[in-house]
Amino acid sequence: MLIKRTDVASRRTVLRGFMGGAAVTVGLPLLDVFLNSNGNAFASGAALPSCFGTWFQGLGGAPGLWEPKVIGANYEMNQQMRFLAPFKKKINIYSGLKAHGRAPDHTIGQAIAFAGNYEDTIPQTIDTIIGDHIGTKTRFRSIEVACDGSTDSVSRRGPNIVNASEPSPIALYARIFGPEFKDPNAAEFTPDPDVMVRRSALSAVSEQREALLRTLGASDRARLDEYFSSLRETEKQLEIQLEKPAPMAACAVPAKLEKEDTGVIIDQARETQRIFAKLIAHAMACGQTQVFNVNFGGGTSRLRTAESAEVFHIYTHEEATDPKLGYQPTVNWFQEQTLQAVTDFVAALDSIKEGDGTLLDRSLMMYCTDHGYARYHTSDNIPMLTAGGAGGRIKTGYHIHAPGDPMTRVGLTVQQALGVPVDKWGQNDNETSKTFTEILA
Amino acid sequence: MIKTQKLLSTVLALAIAGPAVAAEPATSGGQALIRRVTPSQYTQTIKDIFGEGIKLGGRFEPDLRANGLLAVGTAKVSVTATGFEQYYTMARAIADQVTDKDHRSTLITCKPAQARSPDDACTKQVISQFGRLLFRRPLTSSELDAQVIVARDAATSLKDFYAGLRVGLTNLLISPMFLFRQENVEADPAHPGKYRLDAYAKATRLSYLLWDTAPDDLLLRAAESGELHTDKGLKNQVTRMLGSKRLELGVRAYFTDMLGFDEFKTLTKDTVIYPKYTNVLTSQAQEQTLRTIVDLLVTNRGDYRDIFTTRKTFLTPSLGILYAVPVVVDRPINTPELWVPVEYPEGDPRTGILTHASFVALHSHPGRSSPTLRGKALREVFLCQKVPQPPGNVNFEEVQDANSVHKTVRARVNAHLVNPVCAGCHKITDPIGLALENFDSAGGFRTHENGEKIDTSGELSGVKFVGSGGLGQTIHDSEAVASCFVSRVFSYATGATPVQSQSAFVKYAEQRFTANGYRLPDFLQEIALSDAFFQVDGPRAPAPAAQKIQ
Repeated sequence: MLIKRTDVASRRTVLRGFMGGAAVTVGLPLLDVFLNSNGNAFASGAALPSCFGTWFQGLGGAPGLWEPKVIGANYEMNQQMRFLAPFKKKINIYSGLKAHGRAPDHTIGQAIAFAGNYEDTIPQTIDTIIGDHIGTKTRFRSIEVACDGSTDSVSRRGPNIVNASEPSPIALYARIFGPEFKDPNAAEFTPDPDVMVRRSALSAVSEQREALLRTLGASDRARLDEYFSSLRETEKQLEIQLEKPAPMAACAVPAKLEKEDTGVIIDQARETQRIFAKLIAHAMACGQTQVFNVNFGGGTSRLRTAESAEVFHIYTHEEATDPKLGYQPTVNWFQEQTLQAVTDFVAALDSIKEGDGTLLDRSLMMYCTDHGYARYHTSDNIPMLTAGGAGGRIKTGYHIHAPGDPMTRVGLTVQQALGVPVDKWGQNDNETSKTFTEILA
Repeated sequence: MIKTQKLLSTVLALAIAGPAVAAEPATSGGQALIRRVTPSQYTQTIKDIFGEGIKLGGRFEPDLRANGLLAVGTAKVSVTATGFEQYYTMARAIADQVTDKDHRSTLITCKPAQARSPDDACTKQVISQFGRLLFRRPLTSSELDAQVIVARDAATSLKDFYAGLRVGLTNLLISPMFLFRQENVEADPAHPGKYRLDAYAKATRLSYLLWDTAPDDLLLRAAESGELHTDKGLKNQVTRMLGSKRLELGVRAYFTDMLGFDEFKTLTKDTVIYPKYTNVLTSQAQEQTLRTIVDLLVTNRGDYRDIFTTRKTFLTPSLGILYAVPVVVDRPINTPELWVPVEYPEGDPRTGILTHASFVALHSHPGRSSPTLRGKALREVFLCQKVPQPPGNVNFEEVQDANSVHKTVRARVNAHLVNPVCAGCHKITDPIGLALENFDSAGGFRTHENGEKIDTSGELSGVKFVGSGGLGQTIHDSEAVASCFVSRVFSYATGATPVQSQSAFVKYAEQRFTANGYRLPDFLQEIALSDAFFQVDGPRAPAPAAQKIQ
């Protein structure tokens, strides 16, 4: 049987050439040379790449419990953020920020902080914007996790394109460190012929793109284009597996997970988050990804304690303010659990030593919540925090107070720090061109 | 007596002659869509093509609910990078199994000349056979040739014919032609200047509506031969499909979507308060409702509105414990629980699907029932009425009284109803939901709450009633219930909410539904044979040339 080959495209032809040859020329991936002796940069002197991620939990602030009294470097950590005290020099606290827009519900904070807009839909989020800039050469474009057993996620590539979270630590372990993981520090490297075949075969699907898109209207075309971009991600994953990874001194494969216990009980969520934090940290230390998104328990959070049937969200609306304390005690307890979970994540990144510094130093984690005061759905004074110095591009150790300014100022600052060519960000009243220049290194 | 006889003879005359059938009104406004296959459609399609034993081994992307239906959301979603990774994992797992030694003798219909070398003829046969079923149309020659080359190259590299076939099959399973239902449009020869879905798109709409799976061989043949474009051919296929046992799959899929059962994935209950509520019970609760609906509407061709009043259902011993109804059935140890048909006595409060745990538990808080959530769901799901979200800036202190202790949920929600800030919305939800207070957050039956007898009086749009029975009857008699159902089934079938120019058809369909005694199979036939179901305004507007992906 004769098959015409004229319609078989070039990329696959090249790859087929690879497969046909006995000797395989191994190209170098993202890390094009060996690391320097300190392990904090490549031998060429180029710094290890920056990592970026979001961390979200709704029902956030309570008046007076977040905002430090002093602005600048000499602030004192107040009640709710005391858990973060060991990392004071490696984080920035933001207060007074506002989410402008429609009547605020439990989506407003993350919509404005992470996407810059919230009218009918939420547009592309900052993790995918930054990821497209910094994280295109790793095995995984990004990793999303949810700690309450759901697949809920704050990460979006577009209004209806939500990057679903992984709810299972065991599944995430298998994805990152399963059989397809190539240890960057292994002495030997042999490209897997099966991966070569698969990589070549995939291009026969991706090559349908142009012919298919030509027949579609704009909105369908955008959806199918997203499909082909996603396919391309898997192609890139396979390409990376065919290349000898450059050594990553801090890379260590965590012990295989045998069991997990996910759910909405706060202890389950805390433990799940600790495991996810460790897996994400190791994934970044091993060059598998540079972008992450952690959704701790969502906006209208279903998190609760084992002892009570009421969930965090219900408490924010229905718990009375303690007249002596001046706040809702159970809500405060949940918020403190959240900030301890944030601390666990920061600690996981900081525990990975890379030369003189840590993984946290070359990373930037952006935390936000939905309301300044969840009880009344207020959109003023919404707490934000960043952790890590983005490889020296962000100065840390500051309390920044910007009353009434849009939350998008943090996002714009972070994007510029990570090299995204953008001079303004956000839409309508949330649009800003003002960065926090005091922390841009 | 004479009056009764006259009425009876009129009814009989109608039954014999049938009511005068008005012609379907001409409408416009349909759209050719690209819809992502749902998890159940994907699963069923794989089962149909490759057999029950094939494991998927992956996770699906979350669906999007739009205008009350996931089916409408399928025309808005794409495939994310993580989602593609999962489809790829599943495709590889399926292709591995289909070509492994256990399955190849039954699933692969030819043998290679040599097991360690490519065999284009055999590959072509297998790829075209499975490709036609997966793509819901024959592969084009270039599609087929591309996969044959892929399989040949892989077989050569890996020195294994079946490894090559595996790669080719994987490509079919991750193709956008399989993961998305793409509806092609062609000029309609019967109506110059107008367009119609091509025969394969017609077959696909029919198959997913009636069977929730891809078209089978016979339906594809009817499309191939052009038979599906004729009235007789279409009727033959619709009659065949409605007579098939697979109709149950289609009906289950529709109600699973309409009733929002996807939300069970994230539903939790306080197991300290509700120790009977387990994962097994969660799936049994859904199954109870689906069995009840299928039995009533498909097996017995009953009146759709009776789902709110029926005294018949099916229970397992576990559900019996939940509802305080003894269900005793012997079964071997370590085997699943058996289902038993149950008929409640007249006046029993457990009648109708609104009393099922699949409704009352799904629309409750983890630790307490919620008349508000239940009332809201009832209006939105069964009456197609939108209940506004709470205003963002509501001052909850208005209803907060830390010192009060409400013994019953009714007393608690009454705080909303007497407060003018809250009453506007709560009065359209709570009085409905309060009639279901005999069922706790987990669906458990109760007559008292904290020692106080539960008052189940309720009200819907001015009609007062008592208890779940009264509520069920009121919904049954409501005019909105049938029109909502008709509109929703049509949205489900076409993948889009009806637009103004289709409203004449929706109204017509509602009249036909009423005239046919609200029988679902007849209504599905009405839709499946209608012009409106296949109506498309025109081809999709072509877009500028695609940019290259880097």
